[in-house]
Amino acid sequence: MKMFVCVKQIPDPNTVISRLDPNTKRLVRTGVSLVLDPGDESTISAAIKLRDTIGNSELTAISMGPTSVQEGLRRALAMGADRAILITDPALGGSDAPGTARVLAAAIKKEEADLIYCSTESTDGYTGMVPGGIAEFLGIPQLTFAREITVEGNKAIAKCVTQTGYQTVESPLPAVVTIASGSFEAIYPTMKGIMSAKKKPFVQYSLADLGIDPAQVGEAGARERVLIIGKVEARAAGQVIKDDGNAAQAIADFLQRYQLL
Amino acid sequence: MSKTVWVLIELEDGKAARSSLEVLGKAAQLGRAEAIILGSAAREVAPTLGEYGAEKVYVHANANYDNYLTLPAVDTLGALVKQHQPALLLLATTYNLRDIAARLSARNNMGLVTDATDLSYEDDTLNVTVPWGGDNVVTATHSQQGTGIVLTRPKAFPIAQYADRNAEIETLNASINPESLKMKVLERVEVQSEGPSLEDASVIVSGGRGLGKAENFHLVEELAAALGGAAGATRAIVDAGWLPYSYQVGQTGKTVKPTLYIACGISGAIQHLAGMKGSKYIVAINKDEHAPIFSVADLGIVGDTLTILPQLTQEVKRRKAQ
Repeated sequence: MKMFVCVKQIPDPNTVISRLDPNTKRLVRTGVSLVLDPGDESTISAAIKLRDTIGNSELTAISMGPTSVQEGLRRALAMGADRAILITDPALGGSDAPGTARVLAAAIKKEEADLIYCSTESTDGYTGMVPGGIAEFLGIPQLTFAREITVEGNKAIAKCVTQTGYQTVESPLPAVVTIASGSFEAIYPTMKGIMSAKKKPFVQYSLADLGIDPAQVGEAGARERVLIIGKVEARAAGQVIKDDGNAAQAIADFLQRYQLL
Repeated sequence: MSKTVWVLIELEDGKAARSSLEVLGKAAQLGRAEAIILGSAAREVAPTLGEYGAEKVYVHANANYDNYLTLPAVDTLGALVKQHQPALLLLATTYNLRDIAARLSARNNMGLVTDATDLSYEDDTLNVTVPWGGDNVVTATHSQQGTGIVLTRPKAFPIAQYADRNAEIETLNASINPESLKMKVLERVEVQSEGPSLEDASVIVSGGRGLGKAENFHLVEELAAALGGAAGATRAIVDAGWLPYSYQVGQTGKTVKPTLYIACGISGAIQHLAGMKGSKYIVAINKDEHAPIFSVADLGIVGDTLTILPQLTQEVKRRKAQ
């Protein structure tokens, strides 16, 4: 089977207070530490697990972004992906979800993919709209919020989360699958994995390589616009105090003051 | 000139889903609300939609929409949008509607704004309110002509009453493309969860990576129990396998709106903040004074979560007993 996993490099959610640039009205992505989206670790691991179960299969990690996205893809390779594809182009800045989906789909379309893995959403943009967009541009089904997935012949069978539980869904291949958080344990790259990652194929595409008109992607192609970035009314006197043995009292006092106890 | 706003009404157990009715009410407030309802129960449910705000309902009663996911609905709705070109397609954020929105926007090249808590028209401009991060609220809009899509946050709007309204019913002449009968539902399983549900709880105590290990989560549950609330989790610890997905708070997990949210050992990733920011009162406990969670907390404590939690549970019990 030919498998793909879509990954994203984002401002570190644990250390960076994400900001919107008031001039460009876009998420600030420069001057902050970028990491592989933590949600993607689980998704990459799910793909590797299935690849190894099925055997005789290849997993390509693919990402769209500035050239700094290499670290995220290299981590995917170190975890066990077989090759990496980076799509990078100055015209891609400010792409919306459908624009991103169009680009990823175009790169994947160059090969005969059987199964394409995505996280349900990214940790920074969290629209959750890219996987469905990829599936639409490729003209294939999407199994979303999968907790489990198996492949039998030319079919995928997945247990997909619903509002009240889950449903078992069957789809012919090729298909897109999105992995629900917490469904698969993340693989930690070993030293051996990190070393071998350096020798794995790493391909870079520009928009011209994919035959995509720049007017359809990036900020130029985005069909949404931010008009105003506003601040919410300041929450009344948010204070931060250091615990010196009094934390429980301080919190309980707060709860009593607002009749929450 | 009144804008035509379309709402796709989801069917749940042969009835209109509450989340869809809430969105229908908002659509009626924005302009002329029209509903689309697809599924085996569509014909029975359609006439009831007038009193929730619909002036017209497009109906296609066909079991294929129930048994085959996404594609049949995208086909029918996509063709209908092209034919009638409403100003706006307003959808509740649910698993199925998100999938439909993602494909439809790609297929028909439609603008797509997600996670909206409110929207209004200013002449021809649609202003969509989208909370973002800790302390921002963004006004977004569709920047091109043509029908745009907005996905709204759960519980953003109340159900509206239009007691005297009767919707005009139009039965669609849609045929289901057999090529679209690809994703078949083999079985549906309801999973009973214990304790108050996160969406309905007025008090939530949540835990994150700062708890150290899965075995420490009981400290969160004990405080939640002492306060009569529900226990929640961040995506990080759900991804790490400490807890099932049903505990997750955050965009695709759950959006919660409790009166009190206590965040324990949670750094405050954007998506988690988006999920709990609507809480009335937020208390945060974290070892790291720079944790993003402190930007939304009414009371922030810099300290050791594992030490403070049991102390707080004890203090809460003591004061409640008084």
